[in-house]
Amino acid sequence: MTKILKNSNWFNIVVPMIAVLLGLLVGAIIMLLTGYNPILAYQSILESVFLQPYYTGETIRAIIPLILTGLAVAFAFRTGLFNIGVEGQLLVGWFSAVAVSIMFSGLPKLILLPLAILVSALAGGLWGFIPGLLKARLKVHEVIITIMMNYVALYTTNYLIKHFLYAEGEKTPNIPESASLASTLLSNISQGSRLHWGIIVALLAAVFVWFLLWRTTKGYELRAVGYNPHASRYAGMNVNNNIVLSMVISGALAGVAGSMEGLGTYQYMMINSTFIGIGFNGIAVALLGMNTSIGVIIGATLFAILQTGSITMQSTAGVPTEIVSIIIAVIIFFIGSSYIIRWCLLRLTKGGK
Amino acid sequence: MDFMQILTIVIPSAILTATPLIFTALGGVFCERSGVVNIGLEGLMVVGAFSAAVFTYFFEQHGLGAASPWLALLIAALLGGVFSIIHAVASISFRAEQVVSGVAINFLASGLCLFLVKLIFDGKGQTPYIAHRIDKIDIPVLHDIPVVGPLLFSNVTYISYIAVIISFVVWYVIYKTPFGLRLRSVGEHPQAADTLGINVSKTRYIAVILSGIFGGLGGGVYLVTIASNYSVSTIAGQGFLAIAAMIFGKWHPVGAMGAALFFGLAQSLSITGQQVPVLNHLPDVFLLIAPYVITILALAGFVGRADAPKASGIPYIKGKR
Repeated sequence: MTKILKNSNWFNIVVPMIAVLLGLLVGAIIMLLTGYNPILAYQSILESVFLQPYYTGETIRAIIPLILTGLAVAFAFRTGLFNIGVEGQLLVGWFSAVAVSIMFSGLPKLILLPLAILVSALAGGLWGFIPGLLKARLKVHEVIITIMMNYVALYTTNYLIKHFLYAEGEKTPNIPESASLASTLLSNISQGSRLHWGIIVALLAAVFVWFLLWRTTKGYELRAVGYNPHASRYAGMNVNNNIVLSMVISGALAGVAGSMEGLGTYQYMMINSTFIGIGFNGIAVALLGMNTSIGVIIGATLFAILQTGSITMQSTAGVPTEIVSIIIAVIIFFIGSSYIIRWCLLRLTKGGK
Repeated sequence: MDFMQILTIVIPSAILTATPLIFTALGGVFCERSGVVNIGLEGLMVVGAFSAAVFTYFFEQHGLGAASPWLALLIAALLGGVFSIIHAVASISFRAEQVVSGVAINFLASGLCLFLVKLIFDGKGQTPYIAHRIDKIDIPVLHDIPVVGPLLFSNVTYISYIAVIISFVVWYVIYKTPFGLRLRSVGEHPQAADTLGINVSKTRYIAVILSGIFGGLGGGVYLVTIASNYSVSTIAGQGFLAIAAMIFGKWHPVGAMGAALFFGLAQSLSITGQQVPVLNHLPDVFLLIAPYVITILALAGFVGRADAPKASGIPYIKGKR
């Protein structure tokens, strides 16, 4: 056991697993204390997600943006950057995708759909470029800038919808069919869920991130900069350019996540009084996935199951859906505190000798 | 409408909007001065707003009347302090990445508070409206002073004055007392502070808990002066706006207060601006994003360079250089 723990690869898998278990445990304790039945609650989550096609479809649908925002956060983490601005980058991506598809609704699907996704990536990338540039050139901490950019994105997109693309019901008009990712086939096999082709985009993005980071020279540079910027500079790498590039790609992934919501799930964009939270959940997904593509897919799946299943949980076991936010918070807390988990595990194994 | 009339609409509303920001930003100053980044201020405000809503209602039910919101504020501050211990344990003892722990605090606060609201009020997503708010009043005598009276002493709450006074108290504590000196040294150079016999962990714990108390108070004040009931969208970004005020105020208590007042002005103009000539032609989006854009510019050094305390965000590990 001690040998396993000293091996950091194993440890990287053990910590998230323990964090998830602790999260579910704390959730169960809270449910017990407040008079709910945790077994019934967790059971109803699993039953709805795995046995009812509609909820299975909705779960996979919820996985799509979570994979992309998770990848966005993870990508920036690899270069030593904390992108809290995923939420804002997602909003500008969402808006751009919807705006472009409405403006160029005459174009054939083969051109319009990729164009809309590309523009969302550009918009998100631009939103990531600004904090990246400020970090690289002026050494301004990216966390604060990205938080501020989130609010600029929220209010700006709301304003643009209200004044330029307004339709009945506090939203934009629907996008044309030629820009839509929605699929009657996928919807039918999942009994009318909003599952759409975006899942393929999300999985391709996961492969892209893996390939870029682990199979190209540029990816090696990006990771080197994250691991030790001074050594990277000494080795002749351009640290500043890599920081900017990392934030742009991270922002672009978040922007694409927005287009998935616009072109797939909703077919429009609504005026948001506050953040929708997919971007912030991306932070949790990336942390849980230890910043790897495969980990992000697993993390996104777990959170999507919890979130979609919580609807049935509320009706069956009576537990308010907010228990899921609490569980996610506890998971983030313990992954963040991995030092103490490692310390405890080493203590326990030593004690067992 | 003449200029004076405009000011009498805009200024008191700006002061009212700024008050919760001042408290929370002061909490941020304590925390960051000790070297702990606190993204969780938003969540601490959520805890404060929730506690103020529930306990004002509770005290009202028990016949405490107009004293209810004031008592509830004390509890909001207390619970904010208690809640911040989670952040303190994670970022000081568990050496967690402080931003991650702050994000967890925000998630936990909003989830837990709404969960409890549904539990206490039979599945409803919001608390009942409180009957006794801390209301806007005209200060006796002072509001009769020409010019200054209508601007600064009419349509205000006592709590706004308390906020301003406390920011000077915080300035005194941080810059003129031994505790303040320790606090700042721990935030700038914990190794050196440790060598001089200052207990780095203890100082940081106190600072984080103080930020929780102030954050809880800020959230509570927002509730009893502006919102009147707690729901999921009650605290939507005020905590982050307070962080922005702290940065724009260059991590200085009085500066943070000034910045909070300025941001309060921008926020209230985005609502009252419709009544003001010139501004009513300006899209409200510019006023809404102004505080954030200004903070970005300040950090970038275009509007006076803002530098964080040196050890901010770095866990202190004894013996590590």
